[in-house]
Amino acid sequence: MREMLTSLKNAVGIALWFVFLTLPLLVVRVNTLNNEIEWRWENLGWIAGVTALLALAWQLSLRWRDRQRDRSVTQDEEEGMVPRATLQTLLDNRVLCRRLLVGAALLAAAFPWLVSTAQNFYHVNVMVSALIFVVLALGLNITVGLAGLLDLGYIAFFAVGAYTYALLSKAFGLGFWTCLPLGGVAGMLFGLALGFPILRLRGDYLAIVTLGFGSITKIVLENWDAVFGGAAGIAGIPRPDLFALVLDGRQKAVYSYYIILALVVLTIFVTVRLKNSRIGRAWMALREDEIACVAMGVDMAATKLSAYALGAFWAGLVGVVFAAHNNFINPDSFTFMDSAMILAMVVLGGMGSILGVIVAALALKLLPEYLRAFAEYRMLVFGTVMVLMMLFRPQGLISNMRRRYAAGTKGGGDRD
Amino acid sequence: MTEQAKLLDVSGLTMDFGGLRAIDSVNLEIRTGEIVALIGPNGAGKTTFFNCVTGIYTPTAGDVSICPPGGKPLRINGLKPNRITALGMARTFQNIRLFPGMTVLENVMIGRHCRTKASIVDAIVRGPATAREEQETVDTSYCLLERVGLADAADDFARNLSYGAQRRLEIARALATEPFLLLLDEPAAGMNPQETRELDELIVRIRDEERLAILLIEHDMKLVMNISDRIYVMEYGKEIATGTPEEIKGNPRVIEAYLGEDAHA
Repeated sequence: MREMLTSLKNAVGIALWFVFLTLPLLVVRVNTLNNEIEWRWENLGWIAGVTALLALAWQLSLRWRDRQRDRSVTQDEEEGMVPRATLQTLLDNRVLCRRLLVGAALLAAAFPWLVSTAQNFYHVNVMVSALIFVVLALGLNITVGLAGLLDLGYIAFFAVGAYTYALLSKAFGLGFWTCLPLGGVAGMLFGLALGFPILRLRGDYLAIVTLGFGSITKIVLENWDAVFGGAAGIAGIPRPDLFALVLDGRQKAVYSYYIILALVVLTIFVTVRLKNSRIGRAWMALREDEIACVAMGVDMAATKLSAYALGAFWAGLVGVVFAAHNNFINPDSFTFMDSAMILAMVVLGGMGSILGVIVAALALKLLPEYLRAFAEYRMLVFGTVMVLMMLFRPQGLISNMRRRYAAGTKGGGDRD
Repeated sequence: MTEQAKLLDVSGLTMDFGGLRAIDSVNLEIRTGEIVALIGPNGAGKTTFFNCVTGIYTPTAGDVSICPPGGKPLRINGLKPNRITALGMARTFQNIRLFPGMTVLENVMIGRHCRTKASIVDAIVRGPATAREEQETVDTSYCLLERVGLADAADDFARNLSYGAQRRLEIARALATEPFLLLLDEPAAGMNPQETRELDELIVRIRDEERLAILLIEHDMKLVMNISDRIYVMEYGKEIATGTPEEIKGNPRVIEAYLGEDAHA
């Protein structure tokens, strides 16, 4: 009860402060025609009421969060919010888990036919762009989520993949399927090239250097007209080929969809395998405590480089798909905003959590696409969501599940 | 102790931080099966000594060499910490450094990293050899947890363990690297008397079962006097005394270092 009273008092205080701040803007108006001052007192009432309510709601929700936290401590459960606990039991139930997976796979396979017609395959194209970002987010999840190495220039590797395909197909007429692995390898090489000089860096310094790397890549692409086509980019990039068959528009879109879907599945498979292996554990240990990790016999240089290289590999790979799907690339597709967006997907989803990152990537790509009506408020909503997430669920949508190992028996099974 | 091979031989070890000489030509040796304690007042340079020996710092001068049982002596100054661990010297930390967001079992499994081989490709393909290695890692780690009495907590996050349990987990993690020499940095710090007694037994048991040598830094004099075969005393970066627990107890220099100059008047 006393808490309630304090909250109320605070809310009134905040409302008064807001009234004071907005008084000259929203209440006083100088009417220059009649040379007189209008006092719009009704605005003052509105501001006071609305801010008081918002402030009250805000304080109550903060208190609710603290209560949740206390409860989770007494339960000796990690971040132990209720949804998380139920999700953990769900994931521990392997039969149910498998059924859900099969259901999701069927739905994903049938999706392009369900939502498209011969003329209208807009939804398929939207989904292809979203899935491209799912692969990107899963790739960055290796570097940032598992190994804890902040990378603010991740989009550069995506650009490397895209330009690799564009240039190779222009110059040597190489096909999509030849270039797909080449794009991945090119991304990986750039990952290594970035990884070497920054082995010793940590935290803020790492962020600055990777940010610089991303910017340099974009500037080189923009200004080296002779090779990369400058700001105009490269057009007429061939679509993925399927045994020289001639495909109509819808079939092309669906074909791209299946290619990227296969890549998503491959990424998930590889990430899960790595995560539950000696390599993945070394990454996580590096994230948790670098000195202890090294003292326990983990080679820091090899572990960091492998995390960078593998993260960059997926970006390069999916860059090829991006170039092929769009027929056209220019440096504007590879801005810092995109790097930040991918990082936001990883953070929102929950660092290191594969399922969480997929959900966050789909949400952050699909919602703006279908909520075009609110396009102007997109960044506003995005910012608000981020702030709220960090306050109420800093560990992400789906925080990293603990994995149980069976001793003495065969196999522990792969799980996120 | 009969004449046995020196597992660790440190001579003239010196470490400068800028103008500060943190360690001033310290000599120390450990032989098979010994429990050796390194004691001294706070700031004497004990932990710096550990960091020099385990490769976290590169010593300014002096020699650190180790000789695995049945192997040849090897100078390890300037080697990376992970190389030194792979050679067979493991440590724990004074301010506990576990991997808090990983489970107890996974913490120990990290210790197996340098004794397993699976590459990235192996991990993705997961052939029979890799699966077997993975299962061995799990089994060995479970065994170690049972040894330190933490098997029931295997699936808990390391950060949820009690203080004493975290210290024991650090020991299990270090043991997972299959060391022949174990360095414990204040293993009893923050433990209650009951936990300290259990730790006492654990350390002796590990020594006997694993046939390894142990070097420990400790402030709990009862523990030190109980289990050590020999003791080295440091003060202001210098080694001021060495000997058996009885000799150290009676050494006026040591009493002075711990209690101040007036104490032995």
